[in-house]
Amino acid sequence: MSKTSNQSRLHIPEPPFRPGDTPDYSYISVPTAHTPPRPDPLCDDYDTMEHALGLIRVLRFNGEAVGDWNPQMPLDLMHKGLKDMMMTRAMDDRMFNMQRQGKMSFYMKSRGEEAVSVGHAMALKNSDMVFPTYRQQGILINRGASIKEMMCQCLSNSGDPLDGKSIPVLYSFKKHGFFSISGNLGTQLIQGVGWAMANAYKNLDDIASVFTGEGATAEGDFHYALNFASTYRAPCIINVVNNQWAISSFQGIAAGEGETFAARGTGFGLATLRVDGNDLLAVYAATKWAAERARKGGGATLIEHFTYRSSGHSTSDDPTKYRPESEPDIWPFGDPIERLKMHLIAIGEWDEDQHAALEESCKKEIRDIYKSAEALGSLSGDTKVDHYTMFEQVYEELPRHLRDQRDLFDEEL
Amino acid sequence: MSAPTRQMNMIEAIRDALDVKMSQDPDVLVFGEDVGYFGGVFRCTAGLQEKHGLHRCFDTPISEGGIVGIAVGMAANGLRPVAEIQFADYIYPGYDQIASEAARLRYRSNGDFTAPLTIRTPVGGGIFGGTTHSQSPEALFTHISGLKTIIPSNPYDAKGLLIQAIEDNDPVLFLEPKRLYNGPFDGDPHKPAVSWAKHELGQVPEGHYTVPFETVRQFSEGDDLTILAYGTMVWVAENAAREAGVNADILDIRSLLPLDIDAISASVKKTGRCLILHEATRTSGFGAELSAQVAEHCFFSLEAPIVRVTGWDTPYPHAQEWAFFPGPKRVINGIRKVMDAG
Repeated sequence: MSKTSNQSRLHIPEPPFRPGDTPDYSYISVPTAHTPPRPDPLCDDYDTMEHALGLIRVLRFNGEAVGDWNPQMPLDLMHKGLKDMMMTRAMDDRMFNMQRQGKMSFYMKSRGEEAVSVGHAMALKNSDMVFPTYRQQGILINRGASIKEMMCQCLSNSGDPLDGKSIPVLYSFKKHGFFSISGNLGTQLIQGVGWAMANAYKNLDDIASVFTGEGATAEGDFHYALNFASTYRAPCIINVVNNQWAISSFQGIAAGEGETFAARGTGFGLATLRVDGNDLLAVYAATKWAAERARKGGGATLIEHFTYRSSGHSTSDDPTKYRPESEPDIWPFGDPIERLKMHLIAIGEWDEDQHAALEESCKKEIRDIYKSAEALGSLSGDTKVDHYTMFEQVYEELPRHLRDQRDLFDEEL
Repeated sequence: MSAPTRQMNMIEAIRDALDVKMSQDPDVLVFGEDVGYFGGVFRCTAGLQEKHGLHRCFDTPISEGGIVGIAVGMAANGLRPVAEIQFADYIYPGYDQIASEAARLRYRSNGDFTAPLTIRTPVGGGIFGGTTHSQSPEALFTHISGLKTIIPSNPYDAKGLLIQAIEDNDPVLFLEPKRLYNGPFDGDPHKPAVSWAKHELGQVPEGHYTVPFETVRQFSEGDDLTILAYGTMVWVAENAAREAGVNADILDIRSLLPLDIDAISASVKKTGRCLILHEATRTSGFGAELSAQVAEHCFFSLEAPIVRVTGWDTPYPHAQEWAFFPGPKRVINGIRKVMDAG
C-alpha cells in the first residue's frame, strides 16, 4: 500500500500493486483439479450459486483438459479456435502499430482476452445477436467477417461500411449478428435484453448475448439489464468480462471488495457462472450451457469471464503509469493462446513448429489484408470519405433543416 | 369521402391510435409503468391489454432507462415499441438511452441498425403537480439530432400524429400536454372545465389516418400578428388574442422537429410581427430557436422585435402554479408589446 492510502475514515479501494511494486498474485487461488460440477442447464437458478463464487476451468496448465465442463470439442473446432485467436492478435498488433504511424486516430487491442470472444462466439449460432463492447473483435473474426472491412472501419476510409461516422473499433455488422458498438459504456446491456424479449415475442429460437467490462457494471444499465432479464425471463446471456482494469481503475473500484461480479446475478434470480476467461474450452462450455438454458426457456445467465487485460486500454493509454510493468506476465492464469496450444500439443495434435508457422502465416495474411485496406485511404493521407455522407443516416430522409445545412456546407467548398 | 367520426377526448384519441396500430400490426408493443392491467395513470392504455393480450401491452419495472433501453433493442430487432414514460419529469434516467442511443443508432451504424420507437410522455402543468409532475422538457430533445419531437394540442392531431409516430422509421418523442387530456384549456383555471365534446377537434375519425410531421396547424387566421405556440399554449393564445382584440395568425407548431419553417416564415412575412409562446422555462427554451429562425428568415419583414412569453426560469412551483404558468394576462401583455412596438 502506498503512503497516501486511507488516511481518513473514508474508504477508497486501492489495487494491491502499483508501479514500482513487485506484484505477487499468490493470494488468488487457482483451482487445479476441482471446478464446480456442471448442473443441468435447466436447473433452478440457486443451483448455480456456488458457480458464482468458484471458477469453471477445463484446461490445466500441463495441457490436460479435465472435469465436468470439458466440452470434448472436436479437433477441427479447436484448431479453428486457435487460429481465430491468433488472427485476432495479429490484427490487433498490426493495427496498433499502424495507429502509431498515424494511419488511424485510435485503436483498442484485446490481447489476453481472445478466448472470451472467440470461445463465446464458437458456442453460439451465427443468428444469435451479440451486443459487444470494443474488446470482442474475436467474435467478428470467428464469424468470418471481412477483416478488410474491419480495417477500413478503423481507417475511416472509402471502404468503411460506416462511411467514417464512427471512431475506430466501434464496428457494426448486422449480417454477422454483431450489434453496433456504442462508445457510451453499458448502454448495450439493456438493449440486448430488449432484443432478446423481441425474439421471445416472435417465438424465435435465437438468443442475444450482451457484454460489458467489469468497470461498466457500475452503470445503471447493468442493473436494468439484470432486472428486466429476470422479470421477463429474456433469452439472453449477460457477460461480464472482468479483465481487472477499467482504463486505470482496478476492478475494486467497480466492485468494492465485495463478492464476485457473477454473484450480482444471484440476487436477481439469474443463473450465474464464473469462468476462467483465459481457457477457451471453459468459455465455450459455459457459453454452451447458458445458450441452451436461454433457448429452452430457462432465462438469462450471468457469466463472469475472469481474465486480464494484457495491453493498455487503448492506444491513448499507458498502463505502466498505474500498474507494475511485469503484472501481465505474472498473471496466474497465463495466456489464452498459449494454453490452447499446450493442450493441442499435449494431445499430439500440434507442435511448436506448426505453431510458429501459423503465427507467421497469420501475420502475413493480416499484413496483406491491411495493405489492400490502406489503399482505400487513411487519416495520414486522404481518407477518401465523401464529406456529404455526414448528412446521411441522421434520419431516414433528410428533413428541411438538414437540406438547408447541406446547402450551406456546399457554399464552404 | 371522409371516415365516420366519433367524439373523443385526447386520452381516448391516443388510446384509439394505439388500438388501431396494435390491430393492424403485430409488431406494435405498448409498455411502461402501470400501463398494462391498470391501463396507465392517465388511462391512455386502458383496455389494450385485455383486447390485445398480456404480451402486447404490459407493465414494466420502475426504470425509465430500462424502459427506453428495451425499446431500443426491440425496435432494432424489427418491432415497433411504444413506450410510456409516466411523466416527462421522470424521463431523465432514460435520457442517455434516448439521446446517445435511440437517436444515434442509425447514424453510428450508417443505417445497419435503426430504432423506430415511440416514447409517449405527459408534459406541462395545470394539475398541481409541482416540480416533478409539470415539466416541459422539449428543448432538451429538440437539441438532439436523430430524434423527432412532436406535441399535439387536440384529439384529432393526437391520434393522427401518434399513428404517424409509430409508423415513422426514426425514433419519435411524443409529448402529451396533460392539461389538455380532458378538454381545451384557455389558461384561466377559475373558469369551469370545458370538455372536448364541445369542440370540432374532439371529433376524431374512426380507423387509420395520419397527420404528417414537419407541418403546422393553422389554428386561426389574422393579419395583426403571428403567434407561434404549441401544446396547451395554443389554446391560451386563442383566448388572449380574443381578449386583446387582435386578429392573430396562430400557428400550432405540433412538429417541433422537424419544423415547418416555410409556414412560419410565410405567416410572419404576412403579419410583420411575431409572438412566441411556451410553457417551458425561457432560457434556451424552444422559443429561442423559433425566435432565431424567424429573425433569420423574416428580418426585413419584421415591424417589431420578436417577443417571447414563457414560464419563468424557475422550477415549476406547487402553490404558485398559476403564477408560474404563462396565462392569458402574460400573453396579452406580450401581444401588446409586439403590437405597440415599431
